[in-house]
Amino acid sequence: MARRTRRSFIVLGAGAAAGIAAWTLLNVGGEEGDIPPGLRRILGFNEGVARNVLFSNKHLAKTYPPSAIGNIKVNGEIGMDDDSELADWKLALTPYQSKSATTLTIADLRALPRHEEIIDFKCVEGWSTVTQFAGARLSDFTARFAPGSEKAQCVGMKTPDEEYYVSIDMPSALHPQTLLAWEMNGQPLTPKHGAPLRLVTPVKYGIKNIKRIGSIEFTDSRPDDYWAERGYDWYAGL
Amino acid sequence: MFILFREIIQAVRFLEEKHKLATRWFHWINFPILSLMMISGMLIYWAYDPYRIGLGDITLFHFFPDRFYKLTGVEHKLAYGMAIHFCLAWIFAINGIAYVIYTVVSGEWRELVPEARSFREAIDVAKHDMGFKVPLPPQGRYNAAQRITYTAIVMMGGMSLLTGLAIYKPAQLSCLTAILGGYEWARWEHFWLTMGYAGFFVIHIAQVIRAGWPNFRSMVAGYDLKEADAASGD
Repeated sequence: MARRTRRSFIVLGAGAAAGIAAWTLLNVGGEEGDIPPGLRRILGFNEGVARNVLFSNKHLAKTYPPSAIGNIKVNGEIGMDDDSELADWKLALTPYQSKSATTLTIADLRALPRHEEIIDFKCVEGWSTVTQFAGARLSDFTARFAPGSEKAQCVGMKTPDEEYYVSIDMPSALHPQTLLAWEMNGQPLTPKHGAPLRLVTPVKYGIKNIKRIGSIEFTDSRPDDYWAERGYDWYAGL
Repeated sequence: MFILFREIIQAVRFLEEKHKLATRWFHWINFPILSLMMISGMLIYWAYDPYRIGLGDITLFHFFPDRFYKLTGVEHKLAYGMAIHFCLAWIFAINGIAYVIYTVVSGEWRELVPEARSFREAIDVAKHDMGFKVPLPPQGRYNAAQRITYTAIVMMGGMSLLTGLAIYKPAQLSCLTAILGGYEWARWEHFWLTMGYAGFFVIHIAQVIRAGWPNFRSMVAGYDLKEADAASGD
């Protein structure tokens, strides 16, 4: 019986050692400020499960009545230092497999079918606020101004000063609740909330909902993503 | 000689049945994984920590005081916490589901799930454990209090998985999130389940220490020597 005990404790000890080894392997390497590559690989696996098993553009995020609207806070002002950019704002659009960008005005965007939604805006920090947004569906925008770009793998967006930038997988970009918005809670967007144009998508955390969009690019390679470079999951899908 | 040998075999077999090998594996895999889930959960919770015990303007205790965050060093690690949490969640879920399937298929659930009398007897067990002179009710592998606690903890594990999924994918799994009362309630439930594990852990460790070395060994090696003494004494 002493032998049984010894053997069992040796197995427990070996198991613990294997666990510590696996944990060390999971945590080794990586850039300063980023998560280790082992963890990043598993997040990539999770992304595959989310995209292939869970995601559908028929799965809609819950919408709310106007009475549920809360008071959303300003969280993050990166890329919005210089409000003089707003005066002669134009959107630079690079369609899929196009070498040059075209420019669009807010009037061009407002000519698209208007879509309105009251959704629960979710921050990666954990808080959420029910908020009304109005604008054009990114899918309508793509069909009108960059036809064929639906075939791209990703869409990348940057602020005019290129200080903040995101990239999003195409299925999420074409989700019917993904908007290029110019209105929030019945009012035109304020500068701090992303005037004149911001991305709003309830299938992603707030970090992907870039404010003050200066350029949009459709591409197969994954454009840079501000928070993914700082350790967050690139997919960040809800 | 042969009879003696057979008796020893029977005794060993009887003793080995304290905790099945599978149960021990599930338990010892779950322990570090759940611990890491709780720690990474703390890294996530720090970024938005609204929960408290209190009423209206009166807060008796805020989860958690800044001093606690500083002491434990959980600050500014949200991205890492999320990555760890969503990686290890796989092991937590697979291990837990495998355990439930094993318990059902092997029939061991009969020794684990509370019976009608367990709720009455559990009070006697609690009194006995707190030092009152109350005799322990007759029991099988687990006493009444253990049946209730261990069944509850497994169900809590299932609820942690469901509330976790509801927070993780509230748009794709919007039905699940709605059933659990919505996004914010699901997060609240997820938090308090975790506090439940913390409470369980304290009592569990205290009971393990109280029960002594042979009991702890039985969770590692499978057999319990105390029962051998009892058997030879009969």
